[in-house]
Amino acid sequence: MRDAVVLLDRFPALAGVDLDVARGEIVLLRGPNGAGKTTLLRTCAGLARVVQGTVEVLGEDLVATPRSVRRRVGMLSHQDGLYADLTVEDNVRFWARAAGADLDDARSALARCDLDGRLATVPAARLSAGQKRRTALAALLARRPELWLLDEPHAGLDRAGRDLVDRLVRDAAAAGATVLFASHELDRAEGLATRAVTIAGGQIRDDSATPAGPIGAERAG
Amino acid sequence: MLADARLVAGKDLRIEWRSRVGIGQMVPFAVLVLVLFAFALDPDRGILTRATAGLYWVATLFAGLLAVQRAFALEAAPGVREAMRLSGLDPAAWFLGKAAAIAVQLLLLEAVLGVGVVVLYSADLQGPLLLLATCLAATVGIAAAGTLYGVLAAGLAVRDTLVPLLLLPVLAPVLLGATRASESALGNGVGDGWSWCGLLAVFAVLYTMLGMTFFGTLLEET
Repeated sequence: MRDAVVLLDRFPALAGVDLDVARGEIVLLRGPNGAGKTTLLRTCAGLARVVQGTVEVLGEDLVATPRSVRRRVGMLSHQDGLYADLTVEDNVRFWARAAGADLDDARSALARCDLDGRLATVPAARLSAGQKRRTALAALLARRPELWLLDEPHAGLDRAGRDLVDRLVRDAAAAGATVLFASHELDRAEGLATRAVTIAGGQIRDDSATPAGPIGAERAG
Repeated sequence: MLADARLVAGKDLRIEWRSRVGIGQMVPFAVLVLVLFAFALDPDRGILTRATAGLYWVATLFAGLLAVQRAFALEAAPGVREAMRLSGLDPAAWFLGKAAAIAVQLLLLEAVLGVGVVVLYSADLQGPLLLLATCLAATVGIAAAGTLYGVLAAGLAVRDTLVPLLLLPVLAPVLLGATRASESALGNGVGDGWSWCGLLAVFAVLYTMLGMTFFGTLLEET
């Protein structure tokens, strides 16, 4: 993105952000509350209106072809996006098929998130917060997104769930997907990310490699 | 697009089948309206017979409001509206799917109410084909307009009270046309019921086109 400005209630949540991310990178967005991390993720998903600058995601202009971009993007936000009366399996299958994925993708995602047993038949309304988070993660995984946008992905999960998130993110990046995630759990997040971007006041303050790996040399946008 | 619409309609109907919230409220409510009118107008069976078509469609319309509100209450769960936008599905498919699910529920309701007016109001069906066409056209019109105004109000805190306020005036032509056409089908009307049925078909097509065109914008902007 180039010089991207996004307003929230007439105030700039992003104030002229320049950011290039290469395919396969795992980028941590860190910064205080209200810094603009979530807005940056939502902007990449085409959910926030860019009033100035340009945003290109996966080689496509987000303003010109938002629906095409969205189909290739998966986002895990604070809210799980599950239908309370549908079972875990039905939720994952629905969102997978909505994104053009097939039922095998949904089955595989359920298995990888340890949701393929009895839990698959439980309505989302009866799940714990952590189980809902896992289900949302499975729904994202089943979409086979090329760009993963994760807002506090470890929040609400037990240790096994957090390890699962790390495993899925690393596998996705290894398969060529790009991952941007915001987190306040810096110890775990910096161990997962290959690059860390610090945001404050809607602007990028720092951009550096993390111990997990160098900043990608190839900038695909 | 039709496959995507089937996916959305299937999802809504599956939720309804599992929860039975909509049907569980809609059918008893509409039947109750018929029963109350039967009590109120019983002393003069002539009025009840002449008013059968109107009462049938008033009950259907009020129950239809419940169906529309329920259809968008499903999408009010945390994060679902955002997930809808992110899904990549054609907004026209969302519109058609949600409207189809509402229409299926309304048709079931109309069948139950049909039995109700025969039993309670001693209705005598003389034009079954006209009544069937009227039900289909009116149902599509109610479902299409309901879906369009439903998404308009869905993002607002006052959606539960706003939907009836927005929708009832818009559906007045449907109530009028369906009542007149049904009166003809029941042998109580004057004039050609098919022309009223034609008006209902025009309304249904118009709101289907409007919905397919503007549902995406309303989903994004409200």
